[in-house]
Amino acid sequence: MNIPQNLQYLKSHEWVHLEGDTATVGISDFAQEQLGDVVYVELPKVGQIASSDETLAVVESVKTASDIYSPVSGEVIEVNASLEGSPEQINESPYELGWLFKVRVTGLSSELLDPSSYHLVAEAEA
Amino acid sequence: MTLTAEKPSTLTSQNSNFPLIFERSQAGRRGVIPPQAALEQNVDLVALLGAENLRSSAPALPEVSELDLVRHYTGLANRQFSVDANFYPLGSCTMKYNPKVHEVAAAWFTDLHPYQALETAQGALELLHSLGQSLATITGMDAVTLQPAAGAHGEFTGILMIRKYFEQKGQLEQRRIVICPDAAHGTNPATAAMAGFEVVEIPGNARGEVDFEALEAALSPHVAAIMLTNPNTLGIFETRILDISSKAKALDIQLYYDGANTNAIVGRARPGDMGFDVIHLNLHKTFTVPHGGGGPGTGPVGVKAHLEPFLPGPIVIKNLEGSALAYGLEHDRPLSIGRVRSFYGNFGNLVRAYAYIRSLGAEGLKDVSSMAVLNANYLRIKLSEQGFATAYPRINMHEFVATPPKGLKTLDFAKALLDYGVHPMTTYFPLVVSEAMMVEPTETESLETLDNYAQIMGEILRKAQANPAWLESAPYTTPVRRLDETLAAKKPVLTYQKMLATK
Amino acid sequence: MKYTPHTPQDIQKALDVIGVPNVDALFDDLPVGIRNPVLELPAALDELGILEHMQSLADKNKVKGPNFLGGGMAKHFIPSAVNALTFQSAFVTAYTPYQPEVAQGELQALFEYQSMICQLTGLDVSNSSLYDGATAVAEAALLALRHTGRNKIVVSQGVHPEYRETLHTFLECVGAELLEVALEGTHTQNAVIASDIGAVIVQNPNFLGTLEDMQALSDAAHAAGALFIAVVDPLSLAVLKCPGEYGADIAVGDGQVIGNAPNFGGPAYGFITVTTALMRQLPGRIVGASKDVDGKRGFVLTLQAREQHIRRAKAKSNICSNHALMALQSAIYLSSVGPQGLREVAVAGVVRAGQLERALKNIGLERLTQGKFFNEFAVKLPIPADEVRSQLAARGIHGCVPVPAVYGLGHAGLFCATELTSEKDIETLVAALKDILENISGEN
Repeated sequence: MNIPQNLQYLKSHEWVHLEGDTATVGISDFAQEQLGDVVYVELPKVGQIASSDETLAVVESVKTASDIYSPVSGEVIEVNASLEGSPEQINESPYELGWLFKVRVTGLSSELLDPSSYHLVAEAEA
Repeated sequence: MTLTAEKPSTLTSQNSNFPLIFERSQAGRRGVIPPQAALEQNVDLVALLGAENLRSSAPALPEVSELDLVRHYTGLANRQFSVDANFYPLGSCTMKYNPKVHEVAAAWFTDLHPYQALETAQGALELLHSLGQSLATITGMDAVTLQPAAGAHGEFTGILMIRKYFEQKGQLEQRRIVICPDAAHGTNPATAAMAGFEVVEIPGNARGEVDFEALEAALSPHVAAIMLTNPNTLGIFETRILDISSKAKALDIQLYYDGANTNAIVGRARPGDMGFDVIHLNLHKTFTVPHGGGGPGTGPVGVKAHLEPFLPGPIVIKNLEGSALAYGLEHDRPLSIGRVRSFYGNFGNLVRAYAYIRSLGAEGLKDVSSMAVLNANYLRIKLSEQGFATAYPRINMHEFVATPPKGLKTLDFAKALLDYGVHPMTTYFPLVVSEAMMVEPTETESLETLDNYAQIMGEILRKAQANPAWLESAPYTTPVRRLDETLAAKKPVLTYQKMLATK
Repeated sequence: MKYTPHTPQDIQKALDVIGVPNVDALFDDLPVGIRNPVLELPAALDELGILEHMQSLADKNKVKGPNFLGGGMAKHFIPSAVNALTFQSAFVTAYTPYQPEVAQGELQALFEYQSMICQLTGLDVSNSSLYDGATAVAEAALLALRHTGRNKIVVSQGVHPEYRETLHTFLECVGAELLEVALEGTHTQNAVIASDIGAVIVQNPNFLGTLEDMQALSDAAHAAGALFIAVVDPLSLAVLKCPGEYGADIAVGDGQVIGNAPNFGGPAYGFITVTTALMRQLPGRIVGASKDVDGKRGFVLTLQAREQHIRRAKAKSNICSNHALMALQSAIYLSSVGPQGLREVAVAGVVRAGQLERALKNIGLERLTQGKFFNEFAVKLPIPADEVRSQLAARGIHGCVPVPAVYGLGHAGLFCATELTSEKDIETLVAALKDILENISGEN
């Protein structure tokens, strides 16, 4: 199971990478594998205000749709527009090319997990 | 002498795409000539309709001869499984035989216009009135609306009546929650959301019933309704139904009966007697209106007396006050939730359901549920003998959920069944059972058919165990095999025009 | 009648396999107190008895005679091949095409339907049907609210009154506001649309039969950032400007007039078509093209993540069963007559309606306004329209759908002409109306 050490996670399988006041959000390798081929991503609008633990995006495969929660609160400053044409980037590169959106952080979710705690969550669901 | 089988060329239909009707089209070719077609010649549409109102080019509809048309749609019908041709044990769908006499009778009513003078539609109104009464009797409810077009539409109608009930009591702000079991049909939570409620899902217990303690804990004066299917989607009767209804009643929570599984109890028990306040029926399931490849369905809603004022209008009334007619329509219903559709309902389907009830009578309806449950239990055991475990092994009702041996996929079994000419069961539902195979044989199938199905399943299993790759590549004989659903969803091509543009 | 195949031996065999003593024992989970109620239902009939009984009910209806009834549905000619092909048992007794390998017939036919309805409306994407015109309007409004994130809908009073009532029912429960725009004469007022409106809904031809200035209304909606929803008669689109041409975002309506029987109001079907931008907001089932493992073309249900069986409480709609068979019947109808035939059907109605209008004017029954109309129009009457309708019925003629009092037009009735309307039918109607009018003046 690929769970990078430099990220934090939610138990609903989102990852967040914090750099200064910017947070990049995506879904974990485990999550993309569970979903199967991603066919569509509904992204937030730039400028939208995210509150932590609120649905901000939806990742769809053929038979499922997953709500994506924001691990942070703040303003959405960028979305990964390339996912519109190539949603498979989420399957192929969940931690790099498959990122979903970036937020200018004003607060963190109280539920953030470190990699080893998230590992336990994912293992229990596998 | 050795004969070598030569594969047919791509000129044969097996190896080429079945053409779209658009691909059969030839500019200028004519099929049916409509009545008074000559009126179109030399007509000045600019004068009649105004140049500003005319479309700039004709719609690109197919141009085919009548024989082209017949070949096309006969060919399509040949690429389609149906109850008339194939055993079709889809769980929760009640794919029973649809009697031909209903189709004959329904054809006598097709020309009625919804706005014709009611004195010229007395037969239709009498039928509606009589059907409403029969459905009330069968379900143990006090009043019925026949308007909803489908089960989900019936759910919406029923939940809106509950909403209105609490609005009248001044409790609308307070009653925000609708409770559904986690194994409920997706339409239940979707309906509750569409009607403006929050949904709370309750888990099931080890016996396949709703977890009574969890349900009880979720009850509060904030709950407007509990939606239940009984028997539930596992084919198991909720044995604590009377406890559930008395707990609900104590808090004035309305109990909603999703009638998708009525085939299990019709003629033998009535939701009204179980304490349900609202019920919808799927006439296209229990009352054998054909499914039509996805619809039209029909979802009448029955209610107890306290909800009667909220029924959508109009309602057919016998000897309506102030009317000389035997049957009239009551439009003036001040507390009604309002219309949920145009006109009076899917009348053509109501004719079929009415004919069915008149054909069977009370004893015949009881025979329906008796044989439906007998068949389902028989097939459950036959399948378990072949190696398919039952998710909740106990006497089930009209359907049950089985699972394949570990490591094998339900999807693959579904595909393999297609080569045997039988339709698969419902797969991957309910979501609470992994690799679920939800089987509903219905009462109209013979034991021979059920034996055959079980044997086919056993054969597939044995072949799969010997050669897993064989199973994973099935089916082999269908017109197309394992379509790419990911491609379809990722790059949607939803019309012929788009198909041309994509090429 | 009995449709269960079980012999007594079968039942015993099954009971033995299951291991219960009798059929009643299968129902032991049911609470004792509620088992086996006595159902007061009429006695069962055999097949001949059913046929006779149904015939006796059918005989109490009168459907023959000249028919000028419209108001959202109208009787049209349905070619023999259309009925024969639609009601093939493979189409009638199939379920929703969940196993595409054995449902290519249904799937392809619905893909073709989607293509045809998009051709008629001039929009990009269609689903594979909704219940009826009224619920299609409601679904379109909900779609617009989802897409725009706004909470108000403007609807013209020219939209069918029963559609508006339905719309009201659907919007009220989600707390959305419905604003009605009155008709000015028989046209929708081109009101200024506020910037918090999610969509403007206009019907063309409107309920009174009049053609609206859809371009101007569409422009007004778009200027406010609202979607424009056109409620259209699909037959009229053989000749009239289509929603795509005036920039509608959504086109909806009832498909009965293209190949379905009126069936006393149902089942026909509702259609909904949208621009590509709104594709993923569509409610209901959609068929898409794909390829199989051998590279062959095939069709599947697609974009299913919008739907209730996957999204549950977050689905775009709760719709599950749709009206596939009726949509299929329309597709077969459209293919049978083709573009030229559809034009002939539409124009025959226009021509006969024009003749009817002049003939009624000659006996003093004036159309309520000037302005263009398609195949239906409203006339002013000296007595209530339902009385006229009844008196016509007594003379073997069907006509005069009452215009509801909410329009404030006094006594008014709708008359519709189609390709089934002959010159003789018009003469018969005119003679009857003349007779009815004379009787009133005699009474006065």
